[in-house]
Amino acid sequence: MIRVSNLNKAFNGKSVLRDISVTFEPGKTNLIIGRSGSGKTVLLKSIVGLHDIDDGEVWYDDVLFNRLDFTGKKEIRKEMGMLFQGSALFDSLTVEQNVRFPLDMFTEKSYEEKRDRVDFCLKRVNILNANNLLPSELSGGMKKRVAIARAIALNPKYLFCDEPNSGLDPLTAILIDDLIKEITEEYSMTTIVNTHDMNSVMKIGEKIIFLSDGVICWEGNNKEILSSDNKTLNDFVFANALARQLRTTLSGNLPGN
Amino acid sequence: MLRFLTQLGSYFLLLKKVFSLPEKPSVYYKQTMHEMVFLGLNSVGIITIISFFMGAVITLQTAYNTENPIYPTYLIGLGCRDSILLEFSSTITALILAGKVGSNIASEIGTMRVTEQIDALEIMGVNSASYLILPKIIATLLFNPVLTLISISVGIFGGWIAGTSAGVITSQDYVYGIQYAFIPYYVTYAIIKTLFFAFIITSVSAFQGYNVEGGSLEVGRASTKAVVFSSVLILLFNVILTQLLLS
Repeated sequence: MIRVSNLNKAFNGKSVLRDISVTFEPGKTNLIIGRSGSGKTVLLKSIVGLHDIDDGEVWYDDVLFNRLDFTGKKEIRKEMGMLFQGSALFDSLTVEQNVRFPLDMFTEKSYEEKRDRVDFCLKRVNILNANNLLPSELSGGMKKRVAIARAIALNPKYLFCDEPNSGLDPLTAILIDDLIKEITEEYSMTTIVNTHDMNSVMKIGEKIIFLSDGVICWEGNNKEILSSDNKTLNDFVFANALARQLRTTLSGNLPGN
Repeated sequence: MLRFLTQLGSYFLLLKKVFSLPEKPSVYYKQTMHEMVFLGLNSVGIITIISFFMGAVITLQTAYNTENPIYPTYLIGLGCRDSILLEFSSTITALILAGKVGSNIASEIGTMRVTEQIDALEIMGVNSASYLILPKIIATLLFNPVLTLISISVGIFGGWIAGTSAGVITSQDYVYGIQYAFIPYYVTYAIIKTLFFAFIITSVSAFQGYNVEGGSLEVGRASTKAVVFSSVLILLFNVILTQLLLS
């Protein structure tokens, strides 16, 4: 479980996150949604400690993470996996070396054991026969899947995904969403996903928080989101023409009626 | 001034992070070997070419400037040897490496920063500064003296080829000249300077790359800054070390 309370963050005096309090539960895919520039990535990076917060608390189970020193944070970070927006695979390493990297760094396993674990993780994300390819030789979807494989190599307790579907076609995006949801349930991880993709929201949003201008505007799940009367949320959810048309159709207000 | 002091403080804080206990020495060892090939061995070619021509030009210029019957011709060999040993093989080589290796380090680490690869390392619990920079520093500290020794040898050889081919000195006089009044400490002096320069090139360039914020434009700027700052510091330390080691 990850608990954030009264988190505040500003850059050069400009407030980006204000008084954020939220709990992310294990075994669920928790989504942070909002428009571009609403503070989603800053919140995620503040939770994982890539940004120092100005005020507030970030708890990982019973550990107050933001007050830990570098060594203390390092121990918690060994239990984290993160999927970055641009995948962040190491350019100079092959697919196999990328996935093996955390194993090389933090385990005393033999080469064979590590190879087996790498094969298992790559198989789990449906990457086959690509062990010796470099990241530059992979498609966007494959890069994301390899990044997921690397993120789960050490069986993390916490998984963070920053816009996992950005730049992917809708079908590949669905595959990535399914994969994140399956892995979360399989390993009972606390997963936090940053997204503004409504397909993801409807498909995997077991808990959703909606950020607008650095504050939490709405909290709920994918069943409640369509019936919310929060105007800011509705402007975001029904921003595209297809969603607006669908809402009109479902509410029985067909054009011409 | 405040900006300079802030940068200086950040540089030393980064060095503190770099020189912390490695997570897993075996991984760092492999990385150091890789960097020795990448930053050191891959520079042998350029150092050899430049040193050869440097030695050739020094010999010819010394010869044309000492065309006088009262000067024995072996002085050409001696002049070439001392110029190469005292200055050219350490300082000029360092300036060339600042361009080649320095820009490479800054752009590599800078690109890793803007593509979130450094964040990925941090998230895994890896000390990114130490993992990325320490092997480079160790590799250059170990390999750059070798490059300097290669440069000295090739430079003197280049001088011999040029001098004898142009007919400004005989082979015997040149060999006599490079052996005449040889002070072995000059080699030590060159290597000490090389060690300082290697540290400057690697740490300053890595600092520039590690602190990039933005995109490809900023990576390019960091790369340029790495070369400029390293070169200026090399020249500054050249004066300081010369005074300290030769006075």
